[in-house]
Amino acid sequence: MSYERSNWIKFHVNGDCREFAIGARPGELPPSETLADTLRERLGLTGTKVGCDRGSCCSCTVLINGVPSLSCMTLTVECDGASVTTIEGLPDPATGELDPLQQAFIDHTAYQCGFCTPGMIIAAKALLTEVSSPTEEEIKVALGGHYCRCISHYHVLDAVADAAGRKR
Amino acid sequence: MDSARQFRHIGKGTPRKDGRQIVTGGTKYIDDLTLPGLLYGKVLRSPHPHALIKNIDTAKAEQAAGVKAVLTHKNAPDWKFGIPRVVALLDKKVRYAGDAVAILAAESEELALAALELIEVEYEVLPAVYDIDDAMAEGAPVLYEEFPCNLLPTQSIAFGPNTLKEVILGDVERGFAEADVICEANTSYDNIPNPLPIEPPGVIARWDSPDELTVWSASQSVGWHRFMMMGKMGFPEIRSIGTQCGGSFGSKNHSPQPFFYAAALAKVSGAPVKMLYTKEEHFGAFVLRLGSRFSGKIGLKRDGTITAIEGEWLVDTGAFSDQAQTQIAVGLGEVQLVLRCPNWRLIPKLVCTNRAPSGIVRGFGGQELESSILPVFMEAISKAGLDPVDFLKKNFVKPGEGYLWREGNWWVSRGQDYSEAVEEGAKTFGWDEKWKGWLTPSSVNGRKRRGIGVGVHGNADVGEDESEAYVRLTPDGGAVIHANVAESGMGQRSSLIKMVAETLNLPLEKVSMTEPDTLVAPFEFGLTGSRGTWAVGTAVIRAAEEALKKLHEIAAPILKAKAEDLESADGKIRIKGSESQTLSWRRALGVFHTVTGHGSFEPDYSMPNFMMLFVEVEVDTGTGQVSVERVVAATDAGQIIDPPSLEGQIYGALGAAGLDTAVFEETVIDRRTGRNLNMNLIDYKWRTFEELPAFDNVILENPLPSHRFGAIGIGEISTSPGPAAVLMAVSNALGTRLTSYPLSPEKILAAVKSAGEVE
Repeated sequence: MSYERSNWIKFHVNGDCREFAIGARPGELPPSETLADTLRERLGLTGTKVGCDRGSCCSCTVLINGVPSLSCMTLTVECDGASVTTIEGLPDPATGELDPLQQAFIDHTAYQCGFCTPGMIIAAKALLTEVSSPTEEEIKVALGGHYCRCISHYHVLDAVADAAGRKR
Repeated sequence: MDSARQFRHIGKGTPRKDGRQIVTGGTKYIDDLTLPGLLYGKVLRSPHPHALIKNIDTAKAEQAAGVKAVLTHKNAPDWKFGIPRVVALLDKKVRYAGDAVAILAAESEELALAALELIEVEYEVLPAVYDIDDAMAEGAPVLYEEFPCNLLPTQSIAFGPNTLKEVILGDVERGFAEADVICEANTSYDNIPNPLPIEPPGVIARWDSPDELTVWSASQSVGWHRFMMMGKMGFPEIRSIGTQCGGSFGSKNHSPQPFFYAAALAKVSGAPVKMLYTKEEHFGAFVLRLGSRFSGKIGLKRDGTITAIEGEWLVDTGAFSDQAQTQIAVGLGEVQLVLRCPNWRLIPKLVCTNRAPSGIVRGFGGQELESSILPVFMEAISKAGLDPVDFLKKNFVKPGEGYLWREGNWWVSRGQDYSEAVEEGAKTFGWDEKWKGWLTPSSVNGRKRRGIGVGVHGNADVGEDESEAYVRLTPDGGAVIHANVAESGMGQRSSLIKMVAETLNLPLEKVSMTEPDTLVAPFEFGLTGSRGTWAVGTAVIRAAEEALKKLHEIAAPILKAKAEDLESADGKIRIKGSESQTLSWRRALGVFHTVTGHGSFEPDYSMPNFMMLFVEVEVDTGTGQVSVERVVAATDAGQIIDPPSLEGQIYGALGAAGLDTAVFEETVIDRRTGRNLNMNLIDYKWRTFEELPAFDNVILENPLPSHRFGAIGIGEISTSPGPAAVLMAVSNALGTRLTSYPLSPEKILAAVKSAGEVE
């Protein structure tokens, strides 16, 4: 059976075009599927982490059209036509060179267990794209909803401020 | 830092070995793993806190699409855990709201969830008990027929035949006769917080033959899923493989329930099964902190000498635990480190209740006991007119003094006198300037009142249990560490690599470590009780030293020298102190050979670690809000291995059921239904970026007689001094003594009202 074009969605993930048929049959993407599941289970992009699956820990944060968004609370069908960036999309695709934020997180050991790190880096990326030299308060607000139980917050603040400086 | 000690790697902040993987999303956690033919396990949970399963019908679920196995108490394997071993994999009785009733495995999570709804259960609901008093009351409903009055045995053989079950020392009557101040108390630390790592617990199980099980799991101590579980299952061969662990804080040393469920479903279905808990299950059916109460009296002299401690330590384990008795044993040891006293009669009682189960949490008994007993000491030392910093400094165990430890032996400290750390911490905090006396705020600004407090903790488990490791030298001038060490956030894999690189004088990039796997590495107890630095460190250092010795013995005849006169750097060997010709490891070994050394560590409880937290709070008497403004942590690590990793562990004082259990962390139970009311990350409170206090670490480095780097671990204990310190600080801010955790706005406002200070 052939599908109407309206049964398909198309969006970009880290620059690659992805198309899915919507439906309940094998291989199809159910309308109830979250973006987090599509990224992790269908596309193998497991760098996006699911902590609470209820939109309250921010570990699943990705960029949708540049805006930090909770992929566990976003239906994939909502992303038709959108551009999604995950942690895997931050390094330079040609050289593998890390984004200055990623390098700053390494340099400051701005993680302990590392589970919340991709979501934090993505949120910080959105902040630094919008505000080139954020104040500490602005960084705190941008990362306010991100749950980190190890308490790497202090090192994260240093890393984000450092990355902002490097960009300048 | 001691300038005489100049190391190549040790003490310098270097990038974590797994750093690039973490920041690019390449690190594999348990839910990032899949296997061919993998099934997904789900649990049907009881809505009732205490009930008998009168009837259970799984016929429809068994016929449902994609379902491969369904288990209930009628057909589940006869595997049990708990001390003693009474907690069945599945039982005909449920003992908390959320207890497992049935488990099943299906081809997808969605199919598994759909099938759960087809299971029909008929319950006979029983009355339930939710706290120590109700559980021990006459005629109270009993959770286990084996345990009348809901009292579990405090005796276990977990640490051998003399496992510590009480502290009875000296003569308490004489101690009280000598006391100038005697205070009685009945103080609880029973808000039952959740360590709550961000990653929920998960296990994948696969049977490779009827007696051979392979498990993958998120654990901080990967070996536990072999040696702690084999005996509970009739001794199958278990190979335990660790993934990166998304936080543990004790709770994921082992995961007996998800482990059992995955293993049982995999056995019945003949396929690998992943059992990953949801966040709600993580909140309501995994590991909570023990409840704790000290009921008794203490005596001290006017100079701060403690003369007697007598009373009951009541411990609430919830519906069950696999570790409550071991936490009691360690807590009884730790309290002696913090409160040195010649006369003790401290008797624990272990009570079970119809709330969610407890398990291991950072602080391991000691945090619970000290948070219960320190408030009564605060009352006594304020009556004696003493400064709390002076009191805690005086009463932390000193070198040459002894204590009973968990296995029942008397140990004498050969560690540090931590007075210098206390003094440095107090200076950094500005204690003397801010301290205005007991129940007196440091400052008042309208309705905002500031107060300061202090707490302390120590643990001799930094030298606990056994470790073994191999270090294999390779001809290219590299080394591979074979050690079963997980990465659950402490950076310990990287720190052990630093120790080996330093020992072998190699660049860090030439040293690597095998992934955690019980088949690949020799015995390793795990990363518990801050033992990674000394215990695991000793094993890998000795293995590296032995390997190097063997290599030098091979090289000696070639260099026409004695092996002991040789030294090695960057994969080249030469005669010590000479500019003689060098011999590469490749030439010494040959291209097709390696040389391996073995190292081990035996338990040694003679070197307690130490952590003091100084806390300043601001209390808004209008809203009841408590704001933690400043924290100073003071300790002595002997030698820092990796500064940022250690700082991170100490900052962890705030989270993971630590300091914030005095501010806002608690599990709230509805006593009408027995259900937890805050099983999500909105209603369960946690500290955000916008609420960070100023936080300074004072870390001294007076070398300890541990291993060649003079270091001991301290990470575990940073949470423990916090709760009592906050209680003291808030009491001082308000000018009225508070003894209940957490200090919610309701309690603050009630205290303000009763003190007659309503504005």
